[in-house]
Amino acid sequence: MTALVSLKGVSKTYTRGKQAVPVLEKLDLDIAKGDFLALMGPSGSGKTTLLNLIGGLDRPTAGSVTVDNARIDQMSGGQLAQWRSRHVGFVFQFYNLLPVLTAEKNVELPLLLTSLNKAQRQKHVETALEIVGLRDRAKHKPSELSGGQAQRVAIARALVADPTLLVCDEPTGDLDRKTADEILNLLQVLNKQHGKTIIMVTHDQKAADFATHELHLDKGVLVEQSAA
Amino acid sequence: MKFFGLVWAMLWRSRARTWLTLASLVTAFLLLGLIQAANSLFSGEQINLSAPILITQARVSFTSPLPMRLLPQVEAVPGVASVSHSQFFGGIYQDDPRNFFPQFAVNPERWVRTFPECVLPPDQEQAWRTTRTGAIIGPQLAQRFGWKVGDKVPLKSQIWPLKDGSRAWTFDIVGIFGSKVADSCARVGNMYLNYAYFDEARQFGNGGAGIIVVRIANPDDAEAVGRTIDAMFENSADETKTQTEKDFSLNFVRQLGNLKLILYSILGAVFFAILMLTGNTMLQAVQDRIPELAVLKTIGFTDAHVLGLVLSEALFLCVLGGLTGMLLSVATMSALANAPGIAFPPINANLQVWLFALGAMLLLSLAVGVWPALRAWRLSIVDALAGR
Repeated sequence: MTALVSLKGVSKTYTRGKQAVPVLEKLDLDIAKGDFLALMGPSGSGKTTLLNLIGGLDRPTAGSVTVDNARIDQMSGGQLAQWRSRHVGFVFQFYNLLPVLTAEKNVELPLLLTSLNKAQRQKHVETALEIVGLRDRAKHKPSELSGGQAQRVAIARALVADPTLLVCDEPTGDLDRKTADEILNLLQVLNKQHGKTIIMVTHDQKAADFATHELHLDKGVLVEQSAA
Repeated sequence: MKFFGLVWAMLWRSRARTWLTLASLVTAFLLLGLIQAANSLFSGEQINLSAPILITQARVSFTSPLPMRLLPQVEAVPGVASVSHSQFFGGIYQDDPRNFFPQFAVNPERWVRTFPECVLPPDQEQAWRTTRTGAIIGPQLAQRFGWKVGDKVPLKSQIWPLKDGSRAWTFDIVGIFGSKVADSCARVGNMYLNYAYFDEARQFGNGGAGIIVVRIANPDDAEAVGRTIDAMFENSADETKTQTEKDFSLNFVRQLGNLKLILYSILGAVFFAILMLTGNTMLQAVQDRIPELAVLKTIGFTDAHVLGLVLSEALFLCVLGGLTGMLLSVATMSALANAPGIAFPPINANLQVWLFALGAMLLLSLAVGVWPALRAWRLSIVDALAGR
């Protein structure tokens, strides 16, 4: 398989006050198209930082980040935002849905940045909610949904613009085992049946077992790669 | 337009906060509408005095009467079409100050000649001339108190006692005048008494009138005619001051001081308070929504998008509150003008007032929205998502 994501010599250092805090150091990584990768490691190992760099939320201090042949580390803030809207779907631990919008309006958000008309947007929203099995909850607000349902809505929002890549940061961290397994099964379906490339940060080995590959980070350095 | 739903939903994220902010904006713009109306009233914009009328009063004060012997001299001034005289009666109906309306003692024949834009049916005009206690009223006054021809109206004069010392006068309504063409008669809220009876019955001041009303043939001659009249009586015992009827009316208001400055100072203070209040509310609203704005940026909304969303929210809030306040002020003015027992002239918020209000809404929304919008614009996704 060809590499969809390629990181070469990537370092990331944060500045806290006058102190420089290195988080990632000279990291090389290729992620194949269609992969379902679990990023694991202890707290502070740089998992989320790595995810942010791949998802175009942050830029490396050094090195290059290429996603689907685009050098995203060289993009301006506006270009990155536009790129994210087309190529990346994000799933967070705490769902991060807008509480004032219904499920369908939350899912529609990424489509507001496209040229689709209202009817076309509605059709895409219905399809995404259908995929996550929540079409009947379209008119409900996040406060009226369970944690699992809210995370499904978040996945529908990540999917709706048909992105190249799904980036998930502890997507089951706030869920019980049963609900977590349902969400992970859903991600597996999206990976296997819909061909989505998924990169998932997790602390949970059981969650990582749903992935096709695991990557372990420690103190900003890649220590182990393994097939799940 | 596709972002409208998002902006609207964000605006109502905290319903109580939005309602309270809206209430303060509505109050501010209600006040703006009413103060603009009051200013318009006091600056004479709403005074419908288009007839070419000059008012001649005693130079010292209009409370000093002018003798009737001046009338033929004034009549002889070139450019003068007709001359009347008028004495303010100062009566109160049913002993209730809220029932105040203007009454003037005039000579019926002269009044009819001087105000041809106000028409009286011939039989009523005849009745007014021949009935000593006769009085005529305008249609607005008739409607206000439900009066009709034949009614007796008791008035208690605050100025003029009868010869027996009593202040209780009674007049018979003998006519109701109207406008010759629509709204041409500006005196529709007034009552006119028969001067002959008034002068004979009053205890003091006999033979004089508060003002001489001069109708001129050509409005362009107002200044010249006025100067000629005043020059004629210069250095005499009855020096005069002549001015247009509009200026004469405004002088009453101007005695109250610089109302425009007072009113706008109040308005400025109110808007400053609203600016602080709404600005603080908007800033707090954005602060509460940092994670949500970060999510919007994460899924592809640019810095400019979120800046626009927050500014739009401020604009919606100010325009919604502003328009509601302005419409309420229009309704209040209309209610005041139509309320029974209140002598409030009909005032309309003109285009200038509306444009001023719209400008204020835009400026206010910019002033209260720009800080929170810049905060949203500068928001770092990584820091916001990490709760920093």
